[in-house]
Amino acid sequence: MSEVAAQVTSVDAEAPVRGVWRSLRRRPLFWACVAALGLLMAIAVAPQLFAGLFGQPDPRLCDLASGSQPPSAAHVFGTDRQGCDVYANVVYGTRASLSVGLLATAVALVIAMVLGTLAGYRGGWADALVARLTDVFLGFPFLLGAVVVLTAIGSRTPVVIALVLAVFIWPTLARLMRASVRAVRDAPYVEAARAMGLGTGRIVGRYVLPNAIGPVLAVATTTVGGVIVAESTLTFLGLGLRAPAISWGLQLANAQATFQTSPHMLVFPGLFLVVTVLATITLGDVLRDTLDPKAR
Amino acid sequence: MTEQSATAADREPVLTVRDLTVTFTVDEGRAPDVHAITGLSFDLYPGEVLAVVGESGSGKSVSSLALLGLLPRTATVTGSARLGDLELLGLSRKELADVRGRRISMIFQDPSNSLDPVFTIGYQLREVLRRHQPQLDRAQRQARAAELLAMVELPDPEQRLRFYPHQLSGGQAQRVMIAMALASDPEVLVADEPTTALDVTVQQEVLDVLRRLQARTGTAIVLITHDMGVVADLADRVIVLRRGLPVEHAPVRELFAAPTQEYTRTLLQAVPRLGAPARPDPADKRDRPVLDVVDLVVEYRGRRSGVVRAVDGVDLEVLPGEIVALVGESGSGKSTLGRCALGLAPITSGSVEVVGALLGQASPKALRAARRRIGVVFQNPAATLNPRYTVGQSVAEPLAVHGGLRGEALKRRVAELFEQVELPAAWAGRYPHELSGGQQQRVSIARAVSLDPQLLIADEPTSALDVSVQATVLELFAQVQARLRFACLFISHDLAVVDTLADRVAVMQHGRIVELDERSRVLSSPRDPYTRRLLDAALVADPDEQTRRREERLARAS
Repeated sequence: MSEVAAQVTSVDAEAPVRGVWRSLRRRPLFWACVAALGLLMAIAVAPQLFAGLFGQPDPRLCDLASGSQPPSAAHVFGTDRQGCDVYANVVYGTRASLSVGLLATAVALVIAMVLGTLAGYRGGWADALVARLTDVFLGFPFLLGAVVVLTAIGSRTPVVIALVLAVFIWPTLARLMRASVRAVRDAPYVEAARAMGLGTGRIVGRYVLPNAIGPVLAVATTTVGGVIVAESTLTFLGLGLRAPAISWGLQLANAQATFQTSPHMLVFPGLFLVVTVLATITLGDVLRDTLDPKAR
Repeated sequence: MTEQSATAADREPVLTVRDLTVTFTVDEGRAPDVHAITGLSFDLYPGEVLAVVGESGSGKSVSSLALLGLLPRTATVTGSARLGDLELLGLSRKELADVRGRRISMIFQDPSNSLDPVFTIGYQLREVLRRHQPQLDRAQRQARAAELLAMVELPDPEQRLRFYPHQLSGGQAQRVMIAMALASDPEVLVADEPTTALDVTVQQEVLDVLRRLQARTGTAIVLITHDMGVVADLADRVIVLRRGLPVEHAPVRELFAAPTQEYTRTLLQAVPRLGAPARPDPADKRDRPVLDVVDLVVEYRGRRSGVVRAVDGVDLEVLPGEIVALVGESGSGKSTLGRCALGLAPITSGSVEVVGALLGQASPKALRAARRRIGVVFQNPAATLNPRYTVGQSVAEPLAVHGGLRGEALKRRVAELFEQVELPAAWAGRYPHELSGGQQQRVSIARAVSLDPQLLIADEPTSALDVSVQATVLELFAQVQARLRFACLFISHDLAVVDTLADRVAVMQHGRIVELDERSRVLSSPRDPYTRRLLDAALVADPDEQTRRREERLARAS
């Protein structure tokens, strides 16, 4: 097949221009993800613009008398047990959920990249140290750890929750990063870069990382969804965000008890969560493909 | 089997292939189909060796895989292939399983990876016998396994049966593979590049074993290879393939003496030969050497095997402007020595001075400065270029980092370098995977010479390339060297390649240099017995010469 490709390319002397953006632009999947995530971002930034679109705009204006109502014209997504509008809550919850998911993943990714690259590239004592460190974190039960840390800290803002979650998800990413860097470290092109007398920073930044980051990015995008769900677990246990804070996790946690009688309380926040996770994962896939020159 | 074939050999072919065509569907039909083989026809008679020759991508391996039904689902196979009175194409999985290993068996390129590492070779041989000759009992299987190993001339077959694959050398492993393939007296043996992964001296042994076995059992062999030397040594008839099309089909002597097709001619001409004319030695003995290795020892600490001495007390000088070739078989330490000169391997004792910097003692800064004046070309061009860089970026890298070139000046210099290695400058925007092997190696050479190095280290730069490509890359290499006059340490296993390029030759064995002298002296009248063995084992693309050598070897042996 490569033979054929070589023949085809040798016909046109001018190489086609294929920037990352140029090939991204041609993918409908990319635009679908961007649209979905863009909309979610807009909702997160300015929920008041979207909350008023259907019926009841205020998530905290609740009427106990009209609790657990199925979707209707007044409440498009129905109401929860306290009689609050589910749609308005989903809209206002976007900010907390998205920021926890993205922030926790970003922080974990940065820690994982630094420590994983250090362990994988340097090897020796650095590798041993990072390996033991990840063992400690992975060996510690997530819930127990979160209980201890969150009780000790006391404050429950989305940033705190995100940081606590990041502490518990970086080890998996770091291990993956290490394995990936190790596989690339001894590749002939890295050896060639060393033989050229390039500095370590340049070798790591231009030769090792770009070729090693693919699998880690792919897993990191799936982590975003996991984090949003983990936040809801913490909330369910009374450790995460607390009412009057609003988040998808909080809504899901509350809806679980009455899922059989009024499923709409679970379905609509769940739907938003699924769209968010799918969009990030797909965007991650598309980006990874276009960043790899072979797949472009 | 031998008695039957003796009477019918002249007329009845064992394998008849007519109009074999293999087409691959790419990307579920979205990309154009790839025609791997188009209209291949041949007859294979008992006791005959038919060579299928071609360069990479010519479809030579696909043809044999098609016979055994081993192609992936994306392949469409048409035509006919009859084994005796059995049509092979279109057989069910179960019927094919009965044919494979029993009537047609196959040996592959890489023997050490074709054996299962967790079972003894005795177990694996008995396994084949259990499958194909269920009538044998335990003791008979054991005896037959030992007999098979004796047939492929392994010493102490009874003991060897208890060996694991990692305890065998590459040549021994390939002989075990041959023994397994012959376990049930197949009518046809398909050998796909059987000696390509082996060293020359070992290759010679394996080819001799194949030749003798074939004379004894009368098995017909389909030999798939890219190496004209192997063809000259073993084949009776030859089919030359090019991009899936059979180009020429002739008896071996006819083909080598008078090829009728242009492609066959270029292929034969491209094979490097020993006996290059004398050249003036460009080195000035009074100059200070650019590479000065004194009593170098390199040891590696293996996890289980203890200390391995890869380089053992080596002295070597490379003077400005000369090409010194380092020749040896795998494990001789030649690549380690090359890596040492780059500061990529640890020095246990001794000293290495490269372009004025003493490795191990010079400061990291001085070392980095020294590396600027050393260029490197590695064996596998596809793997030594950063896949995330365009080839232009790869060539520009040392210029920008060490030379401090930017913008237009950098662009101009890259274009210049591309021209020097005879690539269009417009290709700078391409990625390595879009180039062929030879083009990639040109890019590597451009990168290596970009800073006008004083010393170039080339580690098997052409051994991953097809012969015709190898010839052009070597020619280019010689041109560039003549223009830039850098000193070069050229590491290779191929004596003929060395002969066309080098000024002096160093022969390495077991970490030591056994012979080091002017090229024509070493290659025409070797003093060391190992050098002589290497020269004798190197295959020549000439059937008569190969027959003569084999007879000589036999005479010596008896």
